[in-house]
Amino acid sequence: MIDLVDEKNSHISNFAEFERSMNGRHPWLASLRKDALARFEALGLPTTRDEQWRFTNISPIAGTAFRPADPKPDSLTVADISSYTLCEARCTQLVFLNGSYSENLSTVKFLPKGVRIISLAKALETDRELLEPLLLNSLSEDDAFRALNTAFMSDGAFVYLPPGTTVKEPIHLLFLSSSRTDPTASFPRNIIVLDEGSQADIVESYAGLDRGIYFTDSVTQVLIGPNCSVGHYKLQRESPSSFHLTTLHVVQDRDSSYSSHSVSLGGAITRNNFNVVLNGSGADCELNGLYVTKGHQHVDNHTTIDHAMPNCTSRELYKGILDENSTGVFNGRVVVRKDAQKSNARQTNKNLLLSRHAGINTTPQLEIFADDVKCAHGATIGQLNEEELFYLRSRGIDRDAARTLLTYAFASEMLAAIKIKPIQCQIDLVLMNRLSRHETTRGLP
Amino acid sequence: MLEIRDLHVSIDGKEILHGINLVVNPGEIHAIMGPNGSGKSTLAKVLAGREGYTPTRGKVLYNGTDLLQMLPEDRAREGIFLGFQYPVEIPGVSNMYFLKTALNSIRKHNGLEELDAMDFLVLAKEKMKLVDMDEGLINRAVNEGFSGGEKKRNEVFQMAVLEPKLAILDETDSGLDIDALRTVADGVNALRRPDRSIVLVTHYQRLLNYIVPDKVHVLLDGRIVKSGGKELALELEEKGYAWLENGTGSKPAVMS
Repeated sequence: MIDLVDEKNSHISNFAEFERSMNGRHPWLASLRKDALARFEALGLPTTRDEQWRFTNISPIAGTAFRPADPKPDSLTVADISSYTLCEARCTQLVFLNGSYSENLSTVKFLPKGVRIISLAKALETDRELLEPLLLNSLSEDDAFRALNTAFMSDGAFVYLPPGTTVKEPIHLLFLSSSRTDPTASFPRNIIVLDEGSQADIVESYAGLDRGIYFTDSVTQVLIGPNCSVGHYKLQRESPSSFHLTTLHVVQDRDSSYSSHSVSLGGAITRNNFNVVLNGSGADCELNGLYVTKGHQHVDNHTTIDHAMPNCTSRELYKGILDENSTGVFNGRVVVRKDAQKSNARQTNKNLLLSRHAGINTTPQLEIFADDVKCAHGATIGQLNEEELFYLRSRGIDRDAARTLLTYAFASEMLAAIKIKPIQCQIDLVLMNRLSRHETTRGLP
Repeated sequence: MLEIRDLHVSIDGKEILHGINLVVNPGEIHAIMGPNGSGKSTLAKVLAGREGYTPTRGKVLYNGTDLLQMLPEDRAREGIFLGFQYPVEIPGVSNMYFLKTALNSIRKHNGLEELDAMDFLVLAKEKMKLVDMDEGLINRAVNEGFSGGEKKRNEVFQMAVLEPKLAILDETDSGLDIDALRTVADGVNALRRPDRSIVLVTHYQRLLNYIVPDKVHVLLDGRIVKSGGKELALELEEKGYAWLENGTGSKPAVMS
């Protein structure tokens, strides 16, 4: 039996050390951190008795004592990390090692006037006015991992676009983790603020450099002003023995559009809490997700789309490919508030089970308080189609290659939705390598 | 080329074919005719290796080897092609990629160099002309949203690209209007070769006006009840199948 109290205590004892390491920096955060830790202590780590965690057992995380990740791991060069970067895009790229910003590995291109793409550590010194209300608001939710992130946050990315600006090239935030000895934990906090009428594409990548045990507890807050247009991509390919728990919190103002594409491939346990608040009339969001698991991986996507204002639209499509003994959870909550008339929400979750031992729990959760709305949801769980497999095999394509081809085809809809070529190519490549069991399907279109 | 001896086939434990005997020599075209439910499609699928179609007795020799022991992909690589009665739609897989992968699997098996995308495209365009197929279809997902006629053209187009030794065309004529039927038949005729055999599975005689068979067999209730030359098809057209249902049904026909 795993002693949950011990694990909580290990974070709590780490905190004293962490506070000392902060050495009195950002005193305005000290009480926020302390409060967050107290919150974490009060909440405790979730168990499967908690409604929100019914199908995700985090006891392997609770049973591991993590120490804060070394902010300065082995020296790496740009060449070492080339398979994780978006080189061809010639974009601004902030690289983080074990949660800490690495100036050497990062590239900051020429940016339009007023645009800030810097580390959070730096922003905490320079942009307190903007950050303080955003950080203080973050404790309103009852989530232990989010509270833990707030207690330990010290770095991450800060992106700010002033009104009417457009950053043409994607902005890449790359989080690399390495853990060769003891299990380590990192707590990236990203704050992305787009002021009225601005446009950007943000890419968040999380990757493991080795097969070590580590724990990424990240929080990304995205604040989208009126008339903004934002593309948000997340590619998660953490180490197979890592734990990836994230919160992505998006608030959209009127007539803004937000398009999210999330791909989860790695990690032993992944939990993505994804909340979008449509907080202004005419806002539109699109949430596309793909999760691919094998072995004993577990991936849990909990999404909430909150139609808080009238005339907003949301479209959500999450697809899962689960192989071997892996398991998944999709919980899609859509809330339509009383005044959010003329809301239009559509949610779809489709799952492909490649093995008899793989499983998925999918739950749509619609809470509708307005009367003039259109809401639709659907979920499917299926296997590869035998007729399709036979058709391919009858043309000379062997069974493994045919399976890969059909599995890839199932995912291809998600790739087609990605409009930015270098991102699409990278995700395509990573996905293809992941799905390929057979050389004839390498280099698929 | 193909020798079927006393073949019995069951689906879900129910016997559908009750002892088929058939010999197809190189270069011959055989037509297998029969009403719905007679077992025509079962025969076509079992030759291509569809899982769930279980041979319970008998033997099939393909160029001297035991066909029933081979995986579907190996049959294709050895030159067997099944034109599907209902070609399968595969969203997300482009026709071009699918067929290039198929062709290269076959070429590799036969010790030939694989074609790259450019060479393949040149070949594909040439073969598409054979069935008057819209070039745009090559970039679409396999059969997705194709009309009935386009699907059947696509089957014959695939046959043209893969160049099988033995093609089994299962109701390739069904659902085609007269112009499309003529085009598809012309395509098949253009693929006739002295070393290529074709088995046409069809319900109606009209296809045989365009593709003239060497032999016609009538399949009724899982047995070949009558075999003959092309004139048998005309007789069937005139009399229907009913006159064959009595008397001759129990004895398997012996072919040469």
